[in-house]
Amino acid sequence: MIPGAFEYHRPSSVREAVGLLAKLGDDGRAIAGGHSLIPMMKLRLATPAHLVDLGGIADLKGIRADGNDIVVGAMTTQYELIGSDLLGSKIPILRETSLQVADPQVRYVGTLGGNVANGDPGNDMPAVMICLGATYQVMGKGGERRVAAREFYQGAYFTALEAGDVLTAVRIPVPPAGHGYAYEKLKRKIGDYATAAAAVVLTMSGGKVASCSIGLTNVAETPLWAEEAAKILTGSSLDAATVKRAVAAAEAITAPASDARGPGAYRTKMAGVMLTRALARAKSKARG
Amino acid sequence: MAKSQVAMKVNGKTAEALVEPRTLLIHFLREQLSLTGPHIGCETSHCGACTVDLNGKSVKSCTMFAVQANGADIRTIEGMANPDGTLHALQEGFREMHGLQCGFCTPGMITRAYRLLQENKSPSEEEIRFGIAGNLCRCTGYQNIVKAIQYAAAKLNGVPFQEAAE
Repeated sequence: MIPGAFEYHRPSSVREAVGLLAKLGDDGRAIAGGHSLIPMMKLRLATPAHLVDLGGIADLKGIRADGNDIVVGAMTTQYELIGSDLLGSKIPILRETSLQVADPQVRYVGTLGGNVANGDPGNDMPAVMICLGATYQVMGKGGERRVAAREFYQGAYFTALEAGDVLTAVRIPVPPAGHGYAYEKLKRKIGDYATAAAAVVLTMSGGKVASCSIGLTNVAETPLWAEEAAKILTGSSLDAATVKRAVAAAEAITAPASDARGPGAYRTKMAGVMLTRALARAKSKARG
Repeated sequence: MAKSQVAMKVNGKTAEALVEPRTLLIHFLREQLSLTGPHIGCETSHCGACTVDLNGKSVKSCTMFAVQANGADIRTIEGMANPDGTLHALQEGFREMHGLQCGFCTPGMITRAYRLLQENKSPSEEEIRFGIAGNLCRCTGYQNIVKAIQYAAAKLNGVPFQEAAE
């Protein structure tokens, strides 16, 4: 399989990349790790006339603390996320999630920015970013702006990004020390997208849930923030009856397609099972 | 479409060529450099038969354009043997442990296992299986591939290889 012909650009700064993409309009496409885009190009489902490779922009790399946030450059690979001691100690759900993304070769090349910016409901990081309350830094024609992950996703492959925009970094607030977390993903095999998956971050105080946030992957056109389910759980001891009510509330907001991963009704139930497991595991890790 | 000049180090030798931007690295290696060790299997980034070592990472060469590898340092199965021509410990392990049957996945398996052992000198069986999860084999059922990698790890660490009881 050979992709359609295109012209290749390799800018060395964000400003240059934004300028190129603004000029090229619909003919141009940014490429990060390329592990979603290149397969699409080989199938001729994507036929950009110009590719703007973000791989030569040093500013898009790296993981750094900034106050109570950790800022991850968009071109940081899954492999680099897994290897980061800073993330491992402060936001360990990211390492846990990265290890469930695709396979080793893909993780060496696939980037966080590509994963969250593509708008593919099958990608794992968007629901985790929604769960964590992350913000995306976007550079466009009009300068830099910040978009909350919870407001970024509009439909399958439709996001708040406009022509000429480049997502430059992901800004993640560090959850309180002692928080519990889990990302539970059901997949048919390594490398597969989730049949359903659930991300949970919670804090406990005196045996009760003090705060809770839940994200769901691949059970709707967009990643989901299960706000109502988290509200039901807050203040509870995660007793079986309350968990059951919360899981029902989470299942109620899903609308998965029926596909090779199973009928929609099955995938909704699996989202509930993943959430139940993620809550139990997050609780076991939480202090307080 | 204008061609681009690329230069990269492949198995220790500099390779320079003009390529179309859409030329995939696997096609460049196989068709322009005649390195037919890396195989084209699924072409959809799943099977890992096209795996090469690129700048210290295992990469599926069917999912990267040759222009993106400009300046890279690449190793394929053709560059795996020891400088004196003897087999690399991994190649020897695959032979001794019957780690291949049809052999189609083997170049990708060995280049991937090479990087795995660079990062983890004594992987457990579970770590090996997780580490080669991006490489599919349709013949062996993986048992003997895992043993071959354990054999190589032992040899590289200078300790006797002991096959686990089954």
